[in-house]
Amino acid sequence: MERFDALIIGGGVVGSATAREMARNKLKIGVLEKNLDICYETSGRNSGVVHAGFAYDVGSLKAKLCVEGNNEFGKIAEELDVPFKRTGKVLVGNSDEELRSLQNIIQQGEKNGVKGLTIIDKKKLHEIVPAVQGEFALLSPSSGITDPFQYTIALAENAAKNGVKYYFDHEVTSIHKNPDKTYTVMTTHGEFRTRWIINSAGLGCGKISEMMGISGYRIIGSKGDYIILDKRTGPLLPLPVYPVPSNTYMGIHVTPTTDGNVIVGPDAEAVTDFSYYGVPQKNMDYLAKSASNLWPCIRKADYIRNYSGILPKWVDDNGVIQDFKIEANIDLAPRTINLIGIESPGLTAALPIARHVIKLMSQQETFKPNEDFCPRRKSFVRFAQQSIEVKKALIAENPDYGEIVCRCEKITKAEILNAIHNPLGVNTMTGIKYRTRSMMGRCQGGYCQMRIAKMIEEELGIDTKDVLYARQGSNLFAGKIRNI
Amino acid sequence: MEEKDVIIIGGGPAGLAAAVELYHKGIKNILVIERENTLGGILRQCIHDGFGLNRFKTTLSGPEYAQRFIDEVEKDNISYMTNTTVLSVGQDKVVTTVGRRGLKTYRAKAVVLAMGCRERTRGALGIPGERPTGVFTAGVAQAYMNLQNTMVGRNIIILGSGDIGMIMARRFTLEGATVKAVFEIQPYPSGLPRNIQQCLNDYGIPLYLSKTVTDIHGNSRLTGITVSDVDKHLNPIPGTEQDLDCDTLILSVGLIPENELSLEAGVELDSRTKGAIVDEYYQTSVDGIFAAGNVLHVHDLVDFVSMEAEKLADSVADYLHNQSLPKATISILPDTNINHTVPQKISGKNSFMLSLRVSKPLQDCVINICQNDKILKTKKITKAIPAQMIQIPIQKEILSDTGSLEVRVTC
Repeated sequence: MERFDALIIGGGVVGSATAREMARNKLKIGVLEKNLDICYETSGRNSGVVHAGFAYDVGSLKAKLCVEGNNEFGKIAEELDVPFKRTGKVLVGNSDEELRSLQNIIQQGEKNGVKGLTIIDKKKLHEIVPAVQGEFALLSPSSGITDPFQYTIALAENAAKNGVKYYFDHEVTSIHKNPDKTYTVMTTHGEFRTRWIINSAGLGCGKISEMMGISGYRIIGSKGDYIILDKRTGPLLPLPVYPVPSNTYMGIHVTPTTDGNVIVGPDAEAVTDFSYYGVPQKNMDYLAKSASNLWPCIRKADYIRNYSGILPKWVDDNGVIQDFKIEANIDLAPRTINLIGIESPGLTAALPIARHVIKLMSQQETFKPNEDFCPRRKSFVRFAQQSIEVKKALIAENPDYGEIVCRCEKITKAEILNAIHNPLGVNTMTGIKYRTRSMMGRCQGGYCQMRIAKMIEEELGIDTKDVLYARQGSNLFAGKIRNI
Repeated sequence: MEEKDVIIIGGGPAGLAAAVELYHKGIKNILVIERENTLGGILRQCIHDGFGLNRFKTTLSGPEYAQRFIDEVEKDNISYMTNTTVLSVGQDKVVTTVGRRGLKTYRAKAVVLAMGCRERTRGALGIPGERPTGVFTAGVAQAYMNLQNTMVGRNIIILGSGDIGMIMARRFTLEGATVKAVFEIQPYPSGLPRNIQQCLNDYGIPLYLSKTVTDIHGNSRLTGITVSDVDKHLNPIPGTEQDLDCDTLILSVGLIPENELSLEAGVELDSRTKGAIVDEYYQTSVDGIFAAGNVLHVHDLVDFVSMEAEKLADSVADYLHNQSLPKATISILPDTNINHTVPQKISGKNSFMLSLRVSKPLQDCVINICQNDKILKTKKITKAIPAQMIQIPIQKEILSDTGSLEVRVTC
């Protein structure tokens, strides 16, 4: 049975950030992930917005950790080589009541430490986003956008590079306290022994908390649906455009992605099934209609895909959404850190959350620093983003850079091969997709999926019938037609 | 920068026919650029027969049809590059390509766009529901089966009665899979009658009209779908939902001309065809850039693609000879019974072939081609369906230099 100093349950953006930060210490760390890759749940299913921190109650952990995360995001993005644009964002209003709401948001934001929040008039608004409809707006200059897949993957790869072990397809089934101050963690694929447990299970946080012996947290899912629009629409939206939010919900917005698409959504529906990601027709229609009031550039001809995500929200007995809960409950579960209700702004706040976790651990134990820790991570070179000269040099050095596999996003064979041999050992089609953007363009893999499936078969020696798209059971093919 | 008289983008049926015809016209400094490792385009995966009846007066399989042109290309030593992707085409007809040997830039006197089309996807249709594996477009399923020896599923339902979908229904059945049904949202089939007979009726596969897929089930592999009846506005009717088990859903719901490169070159597109707006020379809005085949408008038969590309080659030869072509100032204006026409405008100085598709099935109608309120030409049609392309030759003698050409249907 493998023994660890710390096991992190859940390899999402928070789990992976925690793994990476914890690796600054001399500890044997493992991450147990129930899916076949990271980013399959909440961390990969969101708007990709780096929030400023004005939307959260003064004094809350959400506010504090979000502002901290926003402030450092530029530096972190550079360190981990992930896309980040400090685009700013606008909350667009029309009525006097909405103006008062925005002024209250500014007050709250300033108390939270958010800088530069101002009300802009219609003229200024239209200078920033000509296509938007509205009388005035709150401009938040520190807001931005990132690629949630690449960010989470970068954190995980950097953690792995610094010695953290990732276990995929390992769903935790039970946790037992041992007399020697260790825990035994049972999973669907074997047992582990560990001194520390970090519950960063996202949607599963309530379940894991119960297994650790801390019961009573009520977790509800808030499901949001999205539509992705063709890159043609990107130039019409330089920054995220939101309506004026209500107390509990940010409203349906339009957001540019770091790759130049536009995403429309999300709506918010309370759900109890945390594995259903279907998008109903009426929700799609509602998204398009609602967002068109803000930004009338949504045409069905530009739809390329839809998706949904579920946020884990911790609610009290009255159903009121609570702050992030990050606790070290020494009485009920010593040497555990329990992360409850890590919803938005979890992406922005992931690293500050991670440091908070380690601070709580350090109050109980002194860790030796890991002298070999390297905070930097380099992604492979992305052909489409290079200058002509660099492209020529890349191909001269490696002809695989001359073979375009994904025609829509201009992804080369070299990049696909790099992703197939990723440091985490992920071997699904979505693993390649999240790492390269292949199959994400307007033809949705019509051209490249076949080539990529074949490369997975050849490079990793996987049988045709065993190639998986995303999850166990998501086999792409029935097999070969004939043995030849 | 290497100079070429003509660069042809795409080595499928349109590109090959244009290349061979240009060569026969004495234009030999040409280059065909193909991103696959062999010439032939989509025909390589169309292993069924029925190609060539119009062009060669015999029935051929797709690869055989393509080979006739490839043989000519090889015989004449027409230069082509495979495994090469065009990265950009400029308004100045500078073409940048990428391949394993590097980035290369050419300057051409004329560029022929022959990139073909791509399939509409589930995302583009906005089909609701979960996103399991097992949902394939018909052409992708065809490529898996015919080029990669890969079976995509066993228990199959097809949405859309496009020709590729019906051909795949037969192909699946022949390989031992069960094709439960074909559902079509329109009140009429969208593919050719011969395919309904030869691919569905002959194998006992039912075709249901005015029905569409309204939900998709399964969070890993597809487990089933929900179909619903639609009203005359094609909206699903609540209460008509029916759940069906299947492990594979094939989409045959339309083709979109692949014009990303054309747009970058500044070529103006027609919102109905999704292809370039062209004149009778197949010249686009950019001087010296021409388009033919499925990149221009989706064809029903490959024979017409080849014949169109051959006509295009004739005008490219004229263009190179005279350094320009007469301006097309006469618009062609179809009425609402016609979905689109190609060309969309003409100079009035040449005979040309008018291609069109009706926007809904029509019976016992007359298509009148009028100019300045005078009927120039009349074509009687007993039966017209959107699946079939209608071609009407127009002679230059009957055309006047001014006045829009109107295409009017009376029933």
